[in-house]
Amino acid sequence: MTSRFLGSLSVVALLAAGATAASAQDADPIKIGVLNALEGTYAVPGQDGNRGIELALREHDHMAGGRKIEIIIQSTDTTPDSALRGARKLVEQDGVDLVIGPLSGSEGIAIRDYSKTQPNVTFINGISGAMETTLVDPSPNFFRFNIDGAQWSKGLGDYVYNEKGYQTVATIGEDYSFIYTQVFGFVTEFCAAGGEITDRFWVPLGTKDFGSIIAALPDDVDAIYLGLGGGDAVNFLNQYQQAGGEANLIGGTIMVDGSVLTSEGKAKEALIGVPSSGPQADTWDDPRWQAYVKAYQDAFPEDERFPTPSLFATGYYNATNAALQCLDTVGGDLSDGEKKFMDCLSNLKLEAPTGLITLDENRQAIGSNFVTEVQEQPDGTLQNVPVKVVENINQTLGLSPEAFAALGLPSRENPECKSSY
Amino acid sequence: MRRFARRHPIWTAILALIAAVLLWLIFAIWPKGLSDAIGSKKIFLNALFNGITLGGLYFLVASGFTLIFGLMRNVNLAHGTLYLFGGYVGFYTASLTGSWLLAFPVTFIVVGFCGIVLQFLVFRRMEGQDLRQTLVTIGLSIVFADLMLWAFGGDFYNINPPEWLSGPLKTFLVTGVKRDGTLIFLKYPMVRLVIFAAAVVLGVAMWLALNRTRIGMMIRAGVDDRDMLSATGTRIQVIFVGVFAFGAGLAGIAGVVGGTFQSIAPGEDTRFLLASLVVVIVGGMGSIPGAALGALLIGLAEQFGSVYFPTYAVVLTFLIMVLVLAFRPQGLMGKA
Repeated sequence: MTSRFLGSLSVVALLAAGATAASAQDADPIKIGVLNALEGTYAVPGQDGNRGIELALREHDHMAGGRKIEIIIQSTDTTPDSALRGARKLVEQDGVDLVIGPLSGSEGIAIRDYSKTQPNVTFINGISGAMETTLVDPSPNFFRFNIDGAQWSKGLGDYVYNEKGYQTVATIGEDYSFIYTQVFGFVTEFCAAGGEITDRFWVPLGTKDFGSIIAALPDDVDAIYLGLGGGDAVNFLNQYQQAGGEANLIGGTIMVDGSVLTSEGKAKEALIGVPSSGPQADTWDDPRWQAYVKAYQDAFPEDERFPTPSLFATGYYNATNAALQCLDTVGGDLSDGEKKFMDCLSNLKLEAPTGLITLDENRQAIGSNFVTEVQEQPDGTLQNVPVKVVENINQTLGLSPEAFAALGLPSRENPECKSSY
Repeated sequence: MRRFARRHPIWTAILALIAAVLLWLIFAIWPKGLSDAIGSKKIFLNALFNGITLGGLYFLVASGFTLIFGLMRNVNLAHGTLYLFGGYVGFYTASLTGSWLLAFPVTFIVVGFCGIVLQFLVFRRMEGQDLRQTLVTIGLSIVFADLMLWAFGGDFYNINPPEWLSGPLKTFLVTGVKRDGTLIFLKYPMVRLVIFAAAVVLGVAMWLALNRTRIGMMIRAGVDDRDMLSATGTRIQVIFVGVFAFGAGLAGIAGVVGGTFQSIAPGEDTRFLLASLVVVIVGGMGSIPGAALGALLIGLAEQFGSVYFPTYAVVLTFLIMVLVLAFRPQGLMGKA
């Protein structure tokens, strides 16, 4: 009796197991690989990028198109070869369906090139901002839902010339592609408005002692544009204060981002009142942005996040959101080389926290940019307060594609300062 | 000095000439042609002073490293970790007590104690096994870098100097003449001058302690022949622990200094380990005057490089190292 009972029980168990196996077959999870810089200089912003992904997934209950979403995170150290190695591992070993990332400019270019060898896998950029990634030789399966470094400068040159009245500016920046791109955007607009760039100083990325550079800065300019980020920015400000510097400052996008504004010590106070620009503004009163900030603050305990989401979180959030929305649209159908999914991404009108984002024919974002000013908040923190929103910025910054191509790619001396382009 | 002049008359003449040109460059009012050719005097003076003060910081880190290596033949690749940890300890001491000066003794003691622990738990267990020590200290530096990232986060920490040290100081050096004939004087950050003065005082004190005291004598004897020293009945292990603690404490103090005029963040540990390696290779392993000379050279090279040929500034440091290794492999002040 007991043995017969056991026998039928095991048959039932087997049937049940078979049934679950069959239903799992119907909707095995969609694997998303994430490339993010969790080592090195950008480790802290990189972590915030992961928070952006987590937030987007929670809002979708970790489901899209009726299938569960499985995330595989691969860390990089912002070098192109680490990004490439990471992407290879995700695509060739883990067999992911799509890749979200990377974080830094040169990584983006490497991943674009790699994506051409994997035409059946979709790549969505994290927050890397080099211009070339989508402008030169774009890849058909690489999508970028964030505007690039030059677009992040849009509105700033005009604002400092016309509103602040700065006519001559010297720039100082880290010597690599992303800052060239930012200065490119600033120079074209500032010079077209009538301003003049007197000097451009370039320092190696990771410069710690700016003493001599600060001494070499000209005294007779109206303002100094700072294209520095992270530790370099903090060191510069610290030493600039110690040297008694008093010039007006203009900040590049990463000069005034959360990692600098939340640094310990007095250095950041030199940034109060400094105009800057970037793809988001911390205290924008638009309901979409406010709702996003609140969701971010509710999702993570206060000591494990920034006061408001950094642009890295927003970039990864938007990328993940775009992917999930399109997976919903196509019902999780990734057959035929993910063709339907990629079509959906190309035509997506993404309602992002920072406004509407659409893609151009190179799959590069067209979106809004914010001119901001750093202000001290009542709670003592420093935040970027919007002074102007410029909408619908395309990659050629409003110039015709031919005129833009004639400018050449950003470099130390390019573009020249001219009154019209 | 006189003996050196008699033995190397040509070198002496060259050095004297360089010193004379340097003095003229510092004190004279530059003629217009010179400013046009190499930039204003203000830039030159700042690069010079910044190079010297940066050299002071490098000296603080590297002197502990070289002392430990010279005496114990320990290549302590966790030295940068001690620097970074010292910076964090200094930051919290300074912000909790409100006293910048207090941060120095506290950091010295805390990090010095870490040095003692390191000596007892790691180096004593593998005495004389260079490769094992090197690998174990690399491992430790990676583990502690991650532990510190976990504990202190990846933020940038600035240690604020007290009011009387912040801001610039007007020096008596003339950088130029205004159109109406008044002289323009050089303004220089106060905190850098104080830090440099402290590094000089410390360096001189270390030199005196090594050359004029009994303990110094024992340490020098240990550097030259460790076995013979212990055979004379000296308790060499006690000296080892003392030197290790002192060297570690210096690295910690350097962390406070570095946090004051630069910043403290993950990654600084390897940067300063590399800097002290270069300084020690250039100056000569185990030599305190060598560390001072090496630190000065590297500091000046970095600063002059960043102003006069920024593209190759990074290469310059290593170029000096390569030249030294090619022509004087034991280092400028090292013993063959």
